[in-house]
Amino acid sequence: MIALDAVEVRLGARLAADGVSLEVPRGGWTTLIGPNGAGKSTLLRAVAGLVPHRGAIAVDGRDLRSVPPRRRALLLAFVPQAPLLPPEMPVGEYVLFGRTAHVGLLGRAGTADREAAAAAAERLDLAALAGRRLGELSGGERQRAVLARAIAQAAPVLLLDEPTAALDVGRQQEVLELVGELRAERGLTVLGAMHDLTLAGQYAERLALVDGGRLVAHGPPDEVLTEERIARHYRARVRVMRIASSPVVVPAR
Amino acid sequence: MTVRWTLAGVAALATALLAGLALGPTAIPLADVLRGGLTPLDEAVLWELRAPRVALGALVGGTLAVAGGAYQAVFRNPLADPYLLGAAAGAGLGATAAIVYAGSVPLPIAAFAGATAAVAGAYALGRSVGGRDTATLILAGVAMAAFLTALQTLLLQSDTDNVRAVYTWLLGRLSAAGWSDVLLVLPYSAASIAVVLAHRRVLDVLRVGDEEALALGVPVGRVRLLVVGAATLGTASAVAVSGLIGFVGIVVPHAVRLLAGSSYRAVLPLSVLFGAAFLVLADVAARTALAPAELPIGVVTACIGAPFFVVVLRSTRAAAT
Repeated sequence: MIALDAVEVRLGARLAADGVSLEVPRGGWTTLIGPNGAGKSTLLRAVAGLVPHRGAIAVDGRDLRSVPPRRRALLLAFVPQAPLLPPEMPVGEYVLFGRTAHVGLLGRAGTADREAAAAAAERLDLAALAGRRLGELSGGERQRAVLARAIAQAAPVLLLDEPTAALDVGRQQEVLELVGELRAERGLTVLGAMHDLTLAGQYAERLALVDGGRLVAHGPPDEVLTEERIARHYRARVRVMRIASSPVVVPAR
Repeated sequence: MTVRWTLAGVAALATALLAGLALGPTAIPLADVLRGGLTPLDEAVLWELRAPRVALGALVGGTLAVAGGAYQAVFRNPLADPYLLGAAAGAGLGATAAIVYAGSVPLPIAAFAGATAAVAGAYALGRSVGGRDTATLILAGVAMAAFLTALQTLLLQSDTDNVRAVYTWLLGRLSAAGWSDVLLVLPYSAASIAVVLAHRRVLDVLRVGDEEALALGVPVGRVRLLVVGAATLGTASAVAVSGLIGFVGIVVPHAVRLLAGSSYRAVLPLSVLFGAAFLVLADVAARTALAPAELPIGVVTACIGAPFFVVVLRSTRAAAT
């Protein structure tokens, strides 16, 4: 379980997260939504331990502030929005980086690590590309390589910052289905951030709407995604329709 | 692939060491060395003059090359070299002070102290302005280097008698080397190389950026401090006995990258071998090119290094496009 209690993050003079309290139950999937600059990524980065915060962030009751980086990486795997991919690095080697916390600072990857990385690559259809360099991959393949790295990490919590941004609609569905399957298989807890409201609502159990660093709505997708809310926080004119009880957000003009 | 290049590195180093022993103002045929038919004079030249000089060249070359590779890794900057954080300027000030105020402190110790103090100062300065990123640290190093160079210039200007001695040191030399110098450098070089090589895998992880490496479980700040500390210790000890020898720390790792790929797992160990071979050969060139006069070795490494660097850059660009 991930528990945020009155989390505050200051970026320079700006309060990028302002008293956010939020719980994601063990095995749950919550997606942060909100306009550009609302603080979604900042919150994810705070949970991942990449920006200092006030308030408390705990995983399974342990305050993360007291957890050193290696232990934290065994608890949380993070998929950043704009990962840095060294172009000459082979895909297989990159996926194996997911095992860093298992291997330790001065150790070398063992058979178990190689198998976990290979299985993660297989899972994301990258097995045939393991010898390719990152710079030779398409945008979608790169995104899958980053996800494979996170899956190889085998942490019980997965943090996904815009995991589908670079993907076509088919690949978007594939990736989100895969996250759903892993959640079912391994009891993964997922906290994500997404821009596509319809897609976010189709896969997440709960949506958390953030605006100006504050949590303004939190609940099941069909409760959070209302026309008035989207109009207020996104300054957008939309229609929210329901297809098979799932909310579909359509821009209106 | 890596095995092949390791063998090539060992072969290059062996060739360089033999050439270093055999070549010089008096040529000593290798066949005679192996057969043991040397005159007492040749024997003395070989073991008291050339062997320590060759050993020192190999140690200093290997240390500077791996330190350069380590700096490039932690700063993710291809232009980083072992002098990036002010080690050269600090050593220069220390050595100048030792020469100007002759007698009080031995020159190697003054240079070593200057180099380590400068880098420690740059680190503290970077921290004090609140920068956790590498750019702040590099800028702190630049500021530190400029300040120390200014002090050194002031010191020199007030004591022009010693300009020549200081410049001789600044241009680098292995000529004064005896076994005592080798023994002076050995423990620091060995420790520095060992620490950097032990971190070669984690330095590969740093290639994805500080933040992601942290999220993958690497205590980035601690690794950086440890690796920079080790590289600086090696650099300072090398500089202390051989003066400022430029270009080894930047040319060798780049050349190795071109040969064996960009993974630090391969680049760092190979840099030790090829760096050692490179400096020994550069020293052979320094003492044979204008024999019996000697060129400063720093001039030789720069003269070979600069054009070679352009070649490396061209090939890297060609490979990238």
